[in-house]
Amino acid sequence: MPESIVTILDVAIGGLLLGGIYALIAMGMNLQYGVARVLNFSHGEFIMVAAFGTFTLYTVVGINPLLCLVIIGPVVFLIGVLLHRTLFHQLSLRAPNVDAYAATSILASFGLLFIIQNIALLGWGADYRAYSYLNFGVNIGGAVFSANKLVILGFAVGIGVGFYTFLARTHIGKGIRAAAQDPTTASLMGVNINYVLALCFGFGAAMAGLAGVLYSMRIPLNPAMGMQYTFIAIIVIVLGGLGSIPGSFIGGFMLGIIGEIVSYFDPSLSLAAYYLIFMLLLLVRPKGIFGK
Amino acid sequence: MDTARFTSKGFLVPGIINLVILIGLATLPLYGSLYNVVLITSIMMYAILTVSWVMFSGSSGYLSLATATFFGVGIYVSALLLPNTGAVLPLLVVVLIAGLGSSIVALGVGALTLRLRGIYFAVFTFGLVILVLELLNWWEHSVTGTRGRFVMLVDNDVIFYIMLVIFILSMLTTYLIRRSKFGLALQSIGENEEAAEHIGVNVTMVKVITFAISAFFMGATGAIWATKLTYIDPYVAFNVLYSFLPVLMAIFGGMGQIYGPVIGAVIFAYLQETFQTEFPYYYMLSFGVILIVAILYLPGGLVGLIQKAWRRRPGGRHADT
Repeated sequence: MPESIVTILDVAIGGLLLGGIYALIAMGMNLQYGVARVLNFSHGEFIMVAAFGTFTLYTVVGINPLLCLVIIGPVVFLIGVLLHRTLFHQLSLRAPNVDAYAATSILASFGLLFIIQNIALLGWGADYRAYSYLNFGVNIGGAVFSANKLVILGFAVGIGVGFYTFLARTHIGKGIRAAAQDPTTASLMGVNINYVLALCFGFGAAMAGLAGVLYSMRIPLNPAMGMQYTFIAIIVIVLGGLGSIPGSFIGGFMLGIIGEIVSYFDPSLSLAAYYLIFMLLLLVRPKGIFGK
Repeated sequence: MDTARFTSKGFLVPGIINLVILIGLATLPLYGSLYNVVLITSIMMYAILTVSWVMFSGSSGYLSLATATFFGVGIYVSALLLPNTGAVLPLLVVVLIAGLGSSIVALGVGALTLRLRGIYFAVFTFGLVILVLELLNWWEHSVTGTRGRFVMLVDNDVIFYIMLVIFILSMLTTYLIRRSKFGLALQSIGENEEAAEHIGVNVTMVKVITFAISAFFMGATGAIWATKLTYIDPYVAFNVLYSFLPVLMAIFGGMGQIYGPVIGAVIFAYLQETFQTEFPYYYMLSFGVILIVAILYLPGGLVGLIQKAWRRRPGGRHADT
């Protein structure tokens, strides 16, 4: 194959591999924002903690990182549910209106960010940590990718599609969708709204946790790493539309591909490019591409 | 919403207290130690950022996280015009230019974004900090090939006095805005923007102008703060913490009264200075816990708490209903 086609393929697949993680992170955050109405700035910290948890379980206890998905996922889910039941539920009771709740919950999530980051710093130290798992090359049409990236993409797509099916097909999923559209009416129709909101916050956190477990296979870990994924998630959910789960899924892949294209020219500009797209989008179409 | 009423009877006591504090501050370099002068300079820096943040966000209800951008612009203006190799312009002129520069940035940003409501505005202003940081970083890295800049050394007392003047001006501006029709218009935007528009308030203009005025003080503070830092790079200048700390300090102190944010800033900045040196490993943790506790249990801030206690006191003034 000619060199240029290999390069394009390289960038495109690289973008998809990156996008899978972005999609998962953004879906989780969108669930927390779209249903539970919390723009959770500590989202990235759940990724970081789950990634460090996997690191410790693998290097110290010797548990397979993929097995960590079923260990860490539920733990983070429970933490998310508890956080919503205690902190965010209390905040919503105290807030006079929806706008006030939006502002106080953002600030509270910043508080969580600092707390979680500090605890991680105490537990794991400020140095970069990494481990090697499924780290061998796989050749796709002349471009070589490490196997763990492909595994990550597979799981990310599986989790995303699985969760979408859960929302679309199950009884609880229906309740969640109803609560997202109109919480008051949903509660009048017999949806236990507090339960659904806590559940959604938990699911959102769990997705961050799963993303963290997966992502720990391919990147070095550091207690300060979470924030950039929070930003990326916010960009993706604005790109895909606030509250739209499929929008976040597709938006994640779009941002991944954009990121790879920019990185191809100048890697140090990819974050700036994300923000530029994000801010232009906010000005031109704040509803996002898939927003209604 | 509390509006401070200044009757002839209620004016005297606060006036005397203000005067005493002012004289105490103005003469501090004469009797205070170097440590105290530097500490109070940094406390005033936070107080200015908080007061000017409240000037816009406290009344209009728009959660701006752009403070670090305006502060950073000020720092960079100072670094460009007051390099350690020799000042291009006099210090005071640079401070003024930095303030105006930040105002111009705020005018542009405000005109573009103030139609964004609620969460979008907060997210946009926050993104702005990171965008400027990343672009500047890239610029220094790839284009100029430099990393960081050194700023001229300025005497600590001079920094202190300039900070004090900016602080007094920011307080005075807040006071004047609150007392004016302009301030009422701003207040009405915070209460209900559509209603404000219907009664004839030019909402866009009021918002953008206030945003620019508040940015002026942030930029001017940044310029003088840069001379205290002496070394700056994009990560120092555009640190997102400068966007959050003023919000936190304002909530902590309470935004209902004009002196609430100042009290919040003074206590918090002092705690921060001591925590950072005494318990560096738990600093962020305590910061987060205080933030959450303040949001949950201090809706009116410290000032609100004091007022509540004052009203509950037998014979104390009762709450207005």
